[in-house]
Amino acid sequence: MIVGEQKPFEQIVKLIERYRRVLVAGCGTCVSVCFAGGEKEAGILASMLRLEAQKNGRPLEVLEQTVKRQCDMEFLEEMTTKVGQVDAVLSIACGCGIQFMAERFQDKIILPGLNTKFIGVTLEQGEWAERCAMCGDCILDRTGGVCPVARCAKRLHNGPCGGSSGGKCEVGKDRDCGWALIVQRLQKLGELERYAEIIPPRNWTTSRDGGQRKVVREDLKEQGRIEPR
Amino acid sequence: MTESTSQHTPFEPRLVAFLCHYCAFAAADMAGSMRLQYPPNVRNIRLPCTGKLDAGHILRAFEEGADGVMIAGCEEGSCHFLKGNLVAKSRVNWVKTLLAKVGLEPERLHMYNLSSAMGPRWAAIVQEHVERVRALGPSPARAPRPAKSEATK
Ligand code: SF4
Ligand code: SF4
Repeated sequence: MIVGEQKPFEQIVKLIERYRRVLVAGCGTCVSVCFAGGEKEAGILASMLRLEAQKNGRPLEVLEQTVKRQCDMEFLEEMTTKVGQVDAVLSIACGCGIQFMAERFQDKIILPGLNTKFIGVTLEQGEWAERCAMCGDCILDRTGGVCPVARCAKRLHNGPCGGSSGGKCEVGKDRDCGWALIVQRLQKLGELERYAEIIPPRNWTTSRDGGQRKVVREDLKEQGRIEPR
Repeated sequence: MTESTSQHTPFEPRLVAFLCHYCAFAAADMAGSMRLQYPPNVRNIRLPCTGKLDAGHILRAFEEGADGVMIAGCEEGSCHFLKGNLVAKSRVNWVKTLLAKVGLEPERLHMYNLSSAMGPRWAAIVQEHVERVRALGPSPARAPRPAKSEATK
């Protein structure tokens, strides 16, 4: 899932300071699961903004609404009424949701209330970690199911570097060395010989280097786009 | 309710208490049947367990004009749902940090632990929190109440 983290509260207060009516827009999917931008978080943030404004005697009206996903036009439709009632929208979806809001509501100020961090997993409630960097050409088959792009700080494809020590990465002792994990896993699988194979330089155009990415499935495109109004 | 702005009457804090059904609520009941006196400033809300308490409920109480909020759950180790009161404890500590961010004194929020047999302790903790909040003064984030309270001035 996409993991995000709310922006610091003081920063959010600054973002909305010149507006009188604001909608806090939550997203009910990834950012709900990481307790950053779901319905509860939208409610808490809206309450905090109201309390802060009341305390400082600033007139501010805060509405809240959370939809299933902000990255699908169908769901954004549901927000039309409330968006129409405010000066600005503070979206606490991931960067995609925030941008799709801006595409859907062309004449409305859409502000980001959340920093989108990475694609990751839930290690335990309250702790999330990155696993995939979306390179667009997965090589997990060669690396024992451990991603060198996301889990090696240097994205080495033939690691480890000289900084790997005791299974930890030199970038921080709180982080596992991706290459130590790769070797351990290959060992466990009895596939250590794969470690001897050199991974040749990759074609990074499948990743960010290739520019804006898109996936198209013509067979599914029967309805046509829901055009932003 | 008495308004803080009045020069003649002392400030009477408005408190909201969230009580666990299994302990604090029964203790409050007992305090009642024992005819114990405690400040009438508190409005009790019963929860199935303090673990049910959401951060949003607490903030909402402050938004609606509470000067202080108290949470009362079972003693640690005696939660009927095993860990509800421990979950509540960390949640309350977290909400205190949220209160600080919006500019409210975190002490306005306090969590207590007691058993269902502690009627007198219930009366005592209400007294304690009322005094704590009285010392802090009215919540600076009290929602303005134009309709009723203004008209009575
Ligand atoms: S190799 Fe690429 S696609 Fe596979 S997990 Fe790593 S970044 Fe993601
Ligand atoms: S210590 Fe390991 S994870 Fe860190 S940069 Fe070196 S090889 Fe990559």
